[in-house]
Amino acid sequence: MATTPAVYRNSRSNSVTRMVTDHLFTGLAILSTVLVVAPLVAIFCYLLYKGASSLNLAFFTQIPQPVGEPGGGMANAIFGSGLLLAVGSLLGVPVGIASGIFLAEFGRGSALANAVRFTADVLNGVPSIVMGISVYALIVLPQKHFSAFSGGVALGIMMIPTITRTTEEMLATVPNAVREAALGLGVPAWRSVLSITLRTASPGIITGCMLAFARVAGETAPLLFTAFGNNFWSHNLNEPIAALPLQIYIYAISPYDDWHRLAWAGSLVLIVLIVISVALVRFVASRGTLKANN
Amino acid sequence: MDIKIQEAAFNRPRPSPAGTPPPSGEPSAVRKFLLNRGTSAGADKTFAIVMLISALSIFAIVALIATELVLRSQLTLHKFGIGFFFGSAWDPVTGQFGALPFIYGTLLSSFVALVIAVPLSIGLAVFLTEMCPRWLRSPLAFLTELLAAIPSVVYGLWAVFVLVPLLREHVNPVLGKTLGWSGFFTGPNYGIGMLAAGVILAIMILPIISSLTREVMIAVPHAQREAVLALGATRWEMIRMGVLRNARIGIVGAIILGLGRALGETMAVTMVIGNRPEIAKSLFAPGYSMASVIANEFSEASDDLYLSALIEIGLALFLVTIVVNAIARLLVWAVTRGAPVQVA
Repeated sequence: MATTPAVYRNSRSNSVTRMVTDHLFTGLAILSTVLVVAPLVAIFCYLLYKGASSLNLAFFTQIPQPVGEPGGGMANAIFGSGLLLAVGSLLGVPVGIASGIFLAEFGRGSALANAVRFTADVLNGVPSIVMGISVYALIVLPQKHFSAFSGGVALGIMMIPTITRTTEEMLATVPNAVREAALGLGVPAWRSVLSITLRTASPGIITGCMLAFARVAGETAPLLFTAFGNNFWSHNLNEPIAALPLQIYIYAISPYDDWHRLAWAGSLVLIVLIVISVALVRFVASRGTLKANN
Repeated sequence: MDIKIQEAAFNRPRPSPAGTPPPSGEPSAVRKFLLNRGTSAGADKTFAIVMLISALSIFAIVALIATELVLRSQLTLHKFGIGFFFGSAWDPVTGQFGALPFIYGTLLSSFVALVIAVPLSIGLAVFLTEMCPRWLRSPLAFLTELLAAIPSVVYGLWAVFVLVPLLREHVNPVLGKTLGWSGFFTGPNYGIGMLAAGVILAIMILPIISSLTREVMIAVPHAQREAVLALGATRWEMIRMGVLRNARIGIVGAIILGLGRALGETMAVTMVIGNRPEIAKSLFAPGYSMASVIANEFSEASDDLYLSALIEIGLALFLVTIVVNAIARLLVWAVTRGAPVQVA
């Protein structure tokens, strides 16, 4: 019954320190998770509280009132956002998917494909405000007026990289045997890509498109000097047009309480639209994987 | 109906013998033969060319952006040269343009954002990949994804009406009292300013850093964790030695990618940074960032020199974000390339 050798005593106190460190860092990880989730919950609750109390039918049916007059809505901005996103999607979705097809089906492993991939990542990283002034210089300056068209182009360009990369990734997961089966049945290569490969990968590609859509739906900076904003109804692609994020920005920095309320209501509507599309993405994506597993 | 059945058949995972290379890669000899058969070769060529043109249009877009920015900023590029980025006078009335206050504001607010966001996002990633109970993982991941989906302008709105009053009433006085000696937390307390911009930026870049960190941590092989655990390590030691050390290059990449996002962020920063072109040491002081000066002053730029100065700031921002993003991508690629199949 001699005393415990010094080596063991040492290792026991050592193991206590290690246990404490372990618990400490577990605690820190949990704490940081709480700290990340807290502002999110705060933002959502505050948005729901402020937005829901200012939301009414007039918001969806009326156009903005002049300063000092109460009421008014953002009907024209909601419509404007829809039009801008439609123009953007018409440009971004086909170009994005086609580039994705090129990367996955034709350029696999080539230097050109690597360069395209890298450029798409660069384009993805271009700050939205820089996109705004570039499109301003490209389209607005030569035309000499702001237009819905230029705003749509700015949004469309911003959609391209996301769609390209997801399309490529999704097409790469389609087994080669599927392509060979189609070709073996005498299907032309272009037809095999479009109706077999693309179709097999479609849940993932739709996810990519929706993500890109949700991302640009909330963009304000590229629209500041292109779509510019408009207090009245407009459906002309050659005229300035209102957009929901733009209108929220203008109202948020204004000094009027009434406009602040409208900004909150607008934010709520915008968030709900975006969350719906993100949820839809998750639904479509999960349905896709379910199908693949049964 | 027929197509549905075929699709289901395509999607069914086929039993593949161990060691078979993944489906991507060189087309097999059969496929090469079938592709070169000749029928519908014309249509196939056209299709391939259309796809190629689409892919090339991405080059064209980036090239157009770059040339437009360079062409439209010729005036200030010639007049001020490199001194444009070191001058601190910004006076459109007398035609004096120096971009230093904006560069300083962009760098400082992004730095503050990184200081706050990096520990938090790594903590979140560690929790999600190594500690979180399975039932909690998916909802938490969804929540952080939502954080990424909130538009910048909504963050700005929340910052103006909730964050700024909170900082002014509760946080800044405490910071001033305890850390005022350092010189970073002194001066008049408006609420808006560098600190507010840094905090809102931190909240905005958290999701991107933590989701990428998660990705690289998942890419660390399980054998690494098991090996460290088998040597008797505690969980934290396993995370530190087995996971974080292996993933560190990727984590640095994720942080740099977050930095790229923070540098170019416009709307939320514009709404809370204070918009005053001055260089102050204190984080309480209002400042200005490169992106927000463009957003604020572009539409009122009356003469060509003013417009050219703003576009040159945009050009600088463009080049900086390209470099930052390129570095980050290379780092993330270096780690996730050849990663094992993700096990959820």
